[in-house]
Amino acid sequence: MFETIILMLDATIRVATPLIFASLAGMFCERSGIVNIALEGKLLAAAFVGAATAHVTGSAWLGLLAGIGISVLLALLHGFATITHRGDHVVSGMAINILAAGLTVTLGRHWFHQGGQTPALSGDARFAPIQLPGAEAMADVPVIGLLYSELISGHSALVYLLIITVPLAWYVMFKTRFGLRLRAVGESPAAVDTAGISVVRMRYSAVIICGLLVGIGGVYLSVAQTAQFIPNMSAGKGYMALAALIFGKWRPFTALAACLLFGFLDAMAIRLQGVSIGDFAIPVQAIEAIPYVLTVFLLAGFIGKAIAPKAIGVPYTKERE
Amino acid sequence: MSQTQVPAWVSVALLPAINVFAAFLVSALLFMYIDISPIDAIKVMWTGAFGYAEGIGYTLYYTTGFIFTGLAVAIAFHAGLFNIGGEGQAYIGGLGVGLVCLTLGEFAPWYVVFPVAIIVGGLFGAAWAFIPAYLQAKRGSHIVITTIMFNFIAASLMAYLLVDILKPETTMATESRVFAASSWLPKMHEMLSWVGVSMSASPLNLSFIFALLCCLLLWLFIWHTRWGYEIRSVGSNPSAATYAGISYVKIVIIAMLISGMLAGFFGLNVLQGELHQIKLNFVEGFGFTGIAVALMGRNHPLGVLLASLLFGFLYQGGAELSFEYGVDRNIVVVLQGLVILFSGALEHMFKPSLERTYLKLFAKKPSPSEGVA
Repeated sequence: MFETIILMLDATIRVATPLIFASLAGMFCERSGIVNIALEGKLLAAAFVGAATAHVTGSAWLGLLAGIGISVLLALLHGFATITHRGDHVVSGMAINILAAGLTVTLGRHWFHQGGQTPALSGDARFAPIQLPGAEAMADVPVIGLLYSELISGHSALVYLLIITVPLAWYVMFKTRFGLRLRAVGESPAAVDTAGISVVRMRYSAVIICGLLVGIGGVYLSVAQTAQFIPNMSAGKGYMALAALIFGKWRPFTALAACLLFGFLDAMAIRLQGVSIGDFAIPVQAIEAIPYVLTVFLLAGFIGKAIAPKAIGVPYTKERE
Repeated sequence: MSQTQVPAWVSVALLPAINVFAAFLVSALLFMYIDISPIDAIKVMWTGAFGYAEGIGYTLYYTTGFIFTGLAVAIAFHAGLFNIGGEGQAYIGGLGVGLVCLTLGEFAPWYVVFPVAIIVGGLFGAAWAFIPAYLQAKRGSHIVITTIMFNFIAASLMAYLLVDILKPETTMATESRVFAASSWLPKMHEMLSWVGVSMSASPLNLSFIFALLCCLLLWLFIWHTRWGYEIRSVGSNPSAATYAGISYVKIVIIAMLISGMLAGFFGLNVLQGELHQIKLNFVEGFGFTGIAVALMGRNHPLGVLLASLLFGFLYQGGAELSFEYGVDRNIVVVLQGLVILFSGALEHMFKPSLERTYLKLFAKKPSPSEGVA
């Protein structure tokens, strides 16, 4: 029983990692007033470019760099459409998602001739699990041994990166001048403008940070978790990260908790496949749907209240140009 | 600022055309990159989609699906609502159509099943849109997010139903039993053969006519009824509409119910018309493409019809292209993304320069008598 729980928590961390990166990314974007349903497309594009680059160069780190690069480019495109040309945020996001879905498969087939997949990554081309010191030795110690060797040790470098990223995101957002201004832009761009701060520059910084973070999440999918790019491998994770962000009320630690909860539900759904209580087979799909149902309930104000940044989705126009 | 206005056709027809052209130009670069001459590609797509009767049939078959999901997005747009839930509503609406065919199809011929399927499919789709609509109108939760969530909930629900309930014991694939043959919608080539015209077989079926009828009815509804007027008022200025005594809650719900209903009709074409059973993921992204269709069609039923035809052409042409060159069909998806990007998100990009150019070329100097403003 204990071992099952540990294994499920271990799976939770693996499933939740890309969600956490994408959620934090979405937080920066949405706090600055830009709706981001393009997380899905950025995850997918980063996963593809990351795996392709890692395969060609043989270096996972170069893959990470390239994945972040493409994700930032897409973020800039989103910014160009929504900030510079005041286009509709949702339409722009949809366009990026659809573009990413089409381009990854088309280019993947053209480059690797494997039906859109990239060749399997091995050796230095993937982020291998890192065994923390003493994990082997401790494995046999009761309780703590399993906890340490299975749950804490044995993840890829990108998972451990989260230990710094989440507090850092919180610090930047709530304790720095930049964070204060960013939040202000999302609440009242006119006031920020009056104070002599460029709304455009703040929002562009936000989308770039967003691209950077969601890029790491995407590369994690292909270069660390699966060691290969598979068409449509993001499979709705970007939307789920958005749900987690809303569920976490646009705050880093609560979003982290929501991602872990969603990850846990996912791990549970996989675990419960084909399990039945007496005659009643547990519908896995019901568990899979819980995150979405919860988010709908939250948004409807039935469990707490999620209040979005005030100026979200509203293009900012200076009164005089 | 200049007081001179550009005529309507510049912003209604020329600007969208330029946007679509820009999308095509970028895709041409992609084609060149993957070693396909864009000119050859267009030729292959054109002959594949319009060059022979079977191709035309397929093109119009896809067109039918796009009309339903495109109209669904368009009517919601008129009320200022962004319904991204077309995918889920089409899925659940299809369930309604499928259930009617599975139960009633055993006893009744298609001309009895069809109207019932229209009603039940529409009701199922509308019901799936009702909850997000109610939550938007009454509880202030954002329709974009709730409809996204409802797409996933629909997918889970359908997966459960298909795996555990509707799947016959004897099959491994996640699909329902095949509908009784008498309930299948007649194909267009069969109907034409009744009147003596012969045409090659294709999936094009009776629901195409129904889709055209929906375009006409929706046009009448939006521009010639009181509810249509109220929907447009809420869409252009919700607070002004509220001051004028229009109930925001009522209008949001009406617009979304019609939207969901139209998306729900999708199953008529695909399930009752062609697949003849409920299959996993039969919507295949048509709900999302509906957004592109509505954007390109400027939310006007006639525009939606033309845009659906364009996307039908892209789909059928794309299939032909992948057959001919071995490229992935998803290249059409790229095109679709670019169309959404240029004619939706970047729709204002060319506007200022286009207007300037037009005024420079054609505008008369404003004469004193016109200078009222």
